[in-house]
Amino acid sequence: MAGGKFFGGVHPEYNKDLAAARAIEAMPLAARLVVHFAQNLGAAPKPVVKKGDAVKKGQIIAEPQGFISVPIHAPTSGTVQSIDIFPHPVGADMQAAVIIPDGKDEWADGCNVERDASRFDAEAIKQIVRDAGLVGMGGAAFPTHVKLSPPKEKPIDLLIINGAECEPYLTSDHRLMLEKPAQILEGASYFAKVLGVNNVSVAIEKNKPDAIEAMRKAAEKLGIAVRGLDVVYPQGAERQLIFALVGRTVPAGALPMDVGVLVQNVGTSFAAYEAIRFARPLIERVVCVTGRGIVNPRNVLVRIGTTFGDVITYCGGQQPDAGKVIGGGPMMGVAQYSLEASVTKGTSGIVVLKQEEVAQFVGEACIRCGRCVRACPMRLNPSVLGIFAERLRFDDAGEHHVLDCIECGCCAYVCPSRRPMVHQFRRAKAEVRRKAAKAS
Amino acid sequence: MLTAVIALSALALVSSLLLAMVARAFAVPSNPKVEEIEGALPGANCGGCGLPGCGELARRIADGKADIDSCPVGGERVAQMIALIMGKSYAGGLVRKVAFILCGGDDQVAAKRFYYNGVRDCTSAAILFGGDKACQYGCMGLGTCEGVCPFDAMHMLPTGLPEVEPVKCTACGKCVAACPKHIIKLVPVDKRLHILCSSHDRGAKVRKICAVGCIGCTKCVKEGPEGAIAMQNNLAVVNYDFDIPDTVAAVCPMNTIRAISLDGSGDNAGVKAAAGGGV
Amino acid sequence: MEEKKEREINESLDEAMPRFLVSSSPHIHDGTRIGDIMRLVIIALVPAALFSVYLFGLRALLTIVISVGSAVLFEALWQKMMRKPVTIGNMSAALTGLLLALNLPAMSPWWMILVGSFFAIVITKQFYGGIGYNIFNPALVGRVVLLIAFPLQMTAKWVAPSAWGMNAVTTATPLGKMREALLSTGHLDVHLTRHEVIDLLIGNRAGSLGEVSVVLLLVGGIFLVARKIITWHIPVSFIASVWAMSGIFHLVNPARYADPSFHVITGGLFLGAIFMATDYVTSPITPGGKLIFGVGCGAVTVVIRLFGAYPEGVSFAILLMNAFTPLIDRYVKPTVFGARKEKAKAAA
Repeated sequence: MAGGKFFGGVHPEYNKDLAAARAIEAMPLAARLVVHFAQNLGAAPKPVVKKGDAVKKGQIIAEPQGFISVPIHAPTSGTVQSIDIFPHPVGADMQAAVIIPDGKDEWADGCNVERDASRFDAEAIKQIVRDAGLVGMGGAAFPTHVKLSPPKEKPIDLLIINGAECEPYLTSDHRLMLEKPAQILEGASYFAKVLGVNNVSVAIEKNKPDAIEAMRKAAEKLGIAVRGLDVVYPQGAERQLIFALVGRTVPAGALPMDVGVLVQNVGTSFAAYEAIRFARPLIERVVCVTGRGIVNPRNVLVRIGTTFGDVITYCGGQQPDAGKVIGGGPMMGVAQYSLEASVTKGTSGIVVLKQEEVAQFVGEACIRCGRCVRACPMRLNPSVLGIFAERLRFDDAGEHHVLDCIECGCCAYVCPSRRPMVHQFRRAKAEVRRKAAKAS
Repeated sequence: MLTAVIALSALALVSSLLLAMVARAFAVPSNPKVEEIEGALPGANCGGCGLPGCGELARRIADGKADIDSCPVGGERVAQMIALIMGKSYAGGLVRKVAFILCGGDDQVAAKRFYYNGVRDCTSAAILFGGDKACQYGCMGLGTCEGVCPFDAMHMLPTGLPEVEPVKCTACGKCVAACPKHIIKLVPVDKRLHILCSSHDRGAKVRKICAVGCIGCTKCVKEGPEGAIAMQNNLAVVNYDFDIPDTVAAVCPMNTIRAISLDGSGDNAGVKAAAGGGV
Repeated sequence: MEEKKEREINESLDEAMPRFLVSSSPHIHDGTRIGDIMRLVIIALVPAALFSVYLFGLRALLTIVISVGSAVLFEALWQKMMRKPVTIGNMSAALTGLLLALNLPAMSPWWMILVGSFFAIVITKQFYGGIGYNIFNPALVGRVVLLIAFPLQMTAKWVAPSAWGMNAVTTATPLGKMREALLSTGHLDVHLTRHEVIDLLIGNRAGSLGEVSVVLLLVGGIFLVARKIITWHIPVSFIASVWAMSGIFHLVNPARYADPSFHVITGGLFLGAIFMATDYVTSPITPGGKLIFGVGCGAVTVVIRLFGAYPEGVSFAILLMNAFTPLIDRYVKPTVFGARKEKAKAAA
């Protein structure tokens, strides 16, 4: 399997040592859980509970709408206090159910039962994956069962388990690989069964040698290759990962399945193991709470719906000069305006930065130094795109492939003029898409 | 010397003959009225009529496909001129409109949810949670409207709200389209009573986040002429077909309703109280 | 509009719950500022600049000081007058001043330096919109304006180097000598002995402050490439094309056209190729574009040197190619990762 170094990328200070050595600890149940309904890419599921309902742990509280949709489950047993609009860690305020735990943490019937998973065929596994509410846990939150259903014309010959975790600060995947390697690989084997693939590879950045070692040991007898990749951001981005690992280039505008590859995050694989072997739906996840603005950085196993405020309090609270709370990593994560936002299926980390660490993007003139062109992993020209966006020339931006931007942040990261390019591109993309929608 | 004069004159003669021949050969047949109408139009190509330029509007008016008073910039005067050219009569009665921002929530009175650092443009800022203002319906204050105005009629005040100069505004509509919150409206210039709020939030929420927001108490609906003001989903909305007396502004407990003169006739009661939108 | 002061409603709310900073991703930065880049370029020029003071004496130092000082002053005054933020802190004006000085002869009159830096900063840079918006290299325009407006001061006043400029004797530059000989005798009279080559490389020859020491300029250039401030594309393609083109002519008629190695190490080629042609704002942004730019510069330089009215063509060549930069950038685009070449061409 030949691979290569993908073009561009940056080398930020990783600061993973803040939390890398902390074993995953389960956070005790918060006094209240705000479970959002919109937790996946695609259609949000429809609530099937109302104020006052009693729910059990793992019970479905929202039903999927259409194929590209997954259910939401109650993270614990308790009562639905209300259904209202709450801040969302990824975007605009959205509808969520407030569940007050009753302390018993009782599973619903049929959940949490160990079974022999070898009798499940591909269709059965996909159904379980869907019913368990599995989505991509690397952050994209795309429904897993949809990803596992590529059209027949696009045969898959390689499954990549993504343990790269290229964002600075984050160590949740790292710890998961160290502590649950066999389980991750078992989850991966279920995915492989669905796809009918025997070529499975785990990709891990070389800055996690202990994780590589742990995964290699667990993979020894399974015939699964574990490859260490160069440390560069964004190594974990799908297109760049596939190119680095096997040298295949995903065509612009197309998906990995177009080159016969499927990528799944290690967290998603672990969730698949839990769902298929133990009938446990996705109701909790590992969140890395880190950054110099947090008193006790650590990796916590958190129930979906726990507010950021509660998680931060559990980790010692914020330092006095904390400036920003980010849901996700510092390169692509979303800065939060309210600690009432709660953990969703895609929340891989909470990074609290100190005020002086926060980058201020004032946006001086572009001096055409070319650093952004050298850094862009999609080989775009961020300099000219930024100028187009600034001048409101969105048609030109569209012609210059702004839609191919993966919003990784490399361009803005290196810009000496501190131009807020990713922000400009997000606007430009919205305008280009809006125009295309109007035309059709 | 003589040869030079003769040579150049011959050259000029030949060139002009050539030009005349070519102009005739490649002439595009057009309605002679089009040029006259185009001459009467202001020629700013501002797009206020909704068409790409004055030439296009002239063509359409000449073909009878557009109204004589389609140009908001030219107004009555130009409409009269075009009526003369077309040999039609023009009754007049074009009510001049100007842009108006239906929000009074400046930095002193409207709460913000976070410190925003990013592109100084309203549409871009709206990507981040709908903007930093606690009121999701309110003006974001970053000046996108000021940027698109071709007539220099919109300016951002230091307090964070835009201000329209009615004299310069031609109601071309560019700011209306540019505002991501859709709170700029074209209002008749002779009407004085305006409700400076676009929020559909319930009164209790509005009170927490804005000192001059509409709380839906309906006092103005009752005080004004029947049907002049209507409640639409927690927000009082003025129907500009009605003439509403200035006294209605006084009943509003939140000072959301202001009597403002947009046509330069003076008397701006309530405008100086807070630097709200409008004049 | 800058950050506004807190007002009443927000002050009271902030006491209860302080506000966070919210912006789009990314939230971290590698810390480089424009000033950091400019500083590194200035550092790379220091060896050549210091050596020029050694060669040409205190007049050289004075020239540098006047040029840098006036450049910074003009920019500050202009920006203040235009009520724009004053950005002399990013050191781009200082760098322009330094580059202009290095393009001037040591005996430059002070008023001439002021005219040059005025043209460079105010007219070439600020009139076009300030940093990032100028089409032409400011220092080069300043130099060329001086060359055309004050040809005597710019060409007849070259001095031969002597220790600290103690025994300044006017003389011609090597390229000048070559041209004189060519014009008077019809063929070259340059005999590259070992001694002379070393002189040319180290800088023991007449010329502008910055152009003389090829070796020190090369050291500066390697430093900049290693620090990733400039890429190798423009300097290498520029110098290589000068070498190749002059080499072709030399092969055709060795009596008329000098050895390519002579062309490469004389004149302002190294200064131009490493420090002037690589100016970010006025050169193409893609590697392919940079190569085209460099080759173009080299070709025009050789044409002017061999067939033009001036002995030196580097400045004019670079300015001419500056005009082509937007065109080059329009047609030389990076191929999007995953796009097929035909699609990329169709979109261009």
